[in-house]
Amino acid sequence: MAEAPQAVAAIETEAPHKPVDPGFEPEIIVFACHYCAYAAADLAGSMRLQYPSNIRMIKLPCTGKLEIIHLLRAIEGGADGVYAAGCLEGECHYLKGNLWARKRVDHVKDLLVEVGIEPERVEMYNMSSAEGAKFAAAATEFTERIRQLGPNPAKRPGVNPHDAARAALDGVAMADEGQPPAEATAEEGTR
Amino acid sequence: MITAERKPFDEILSLVEGKKKILVAGCDTCVAICLTGGEKEAEILASELRIKAQQDGREVEVEHTAAIRQCEWEYLDMIAQKVEEADLVLSMACGIGIQSLAEKFSPKLVMPAVNTNMLGMPQEHAVWLERCVACGECRIGLTAAICPVVRCSKSLMNGPCGGSHDGLCEVTGPNHEEIECAWALIWERLKAQGREELMFTDRPPKNWSKSSSGGPRKMVREEAKPV
Repeated sequence: MAEAPQAVAAIETEAPHKPVDPGFEPEIIVFACHYCAYAAADLAGSMRLQYPSNIRMIKLPCTGKLEIIHLLRAIEGGADGVYAAGCLEGECHYLKGNLWARKRVDHVKDLLVEVGIEPERVEMYNMSSAEGAKFAAAATEFTERIRQLGPNPAKRPGVNPHDAARAALDGVAMADEGQPPAEATAEEGTR
Repeated sequence: MITAERKPFDEILSLVEGKKKILVAGCDTCVAICLTGGEKEAEILASELRIKAQQDGREVEVEHTAAIRQCEWEYLDMIAQKVEEADLVLSMACGIGIQSLAEKFSPKLVMPAVNTNMLGMPQEHAVWLERCVACGECRIGLTAAICPVVRCSKSLMNGPCGGSHDGLCEVTGPNHEEIECAWALIWERLKAQGREELMFTDRPPKNWSKSSSGGPRKMVREEAKPV
């Protein structure tokens, strides 16, 4: 508060409040919905688009299935950043799941402020299944954001954030592509 | 139902300061339904406390649990072991639940994580309105089932004051929201019921000795007591 107004403005324009560690590779958890974001990620892969390998995806039937505790557990488990990626607003396969998710993400931002963690470590993105480029751009933008913020101050040594986030979901998360459930293996072409 | 709101996080932190093993105890009845203190919310608070402790470099063990009803001895038995293992229990139940827990496990340190605020009606999802203050002598039979004690800003018992305009009270709520004049509502409903004359009949003064200002109240149902 003792700073002159010009000095405050100068500080705000110099974005990083702490030096960026060039060796820091953020661990990022993405909760992606089956119908849009996960399909967009798939498309990004098919299009050979580059995006940071810092993100680890967890597939959900809908981002509406994502609860406050799932986001918190990912942070508690040491993820440097967490984001939900759902369908475009108004285009949710389950009508309003992504709108619920956005509200929950916003609430988690408030909770993080309470405990002294930067709210920018959680975010909500929306994209359609045809937007592979948007998926790659979101992953790149978010990873860069977290790189600037530095490591999660609540990181626990020896805890894998992806495992912690998956454990918190307790059966809600879907199997990753390429690992279909056992009963769906043989009958190709029946769908 | 009884409603409550979670206390600010800093206040909760000050209540648990210095304790190494904390149990966050939710209650899965009223406070769960008002989305404040059920098992889900207990888990969220426990997670927040762990994140904060980890960040501050404090070694703290925080667990969560929930009783189906913290206000009944039998349900407290189900969480007894966890309570006994904790240095401090942070209860997310209403004031009744918190005190029941503290009484059953006395002298265990029990702290409130919520402020119990009203007997509310869920108007829509995630919105509650106060409808009763448990005053001990219900008079809404004379007021078209609208309680003037709680819904009139002055708790007037015999009609509106001069601050009633166009069906609204001169007082606004804490967030500057309009409050409907309870007596305007009562008048309109009595008219719809064809019972306007009730507004002009004499009624005896309300017996306030049955309300909360005369010490703790007690209710006994002799016919239902175990033999």
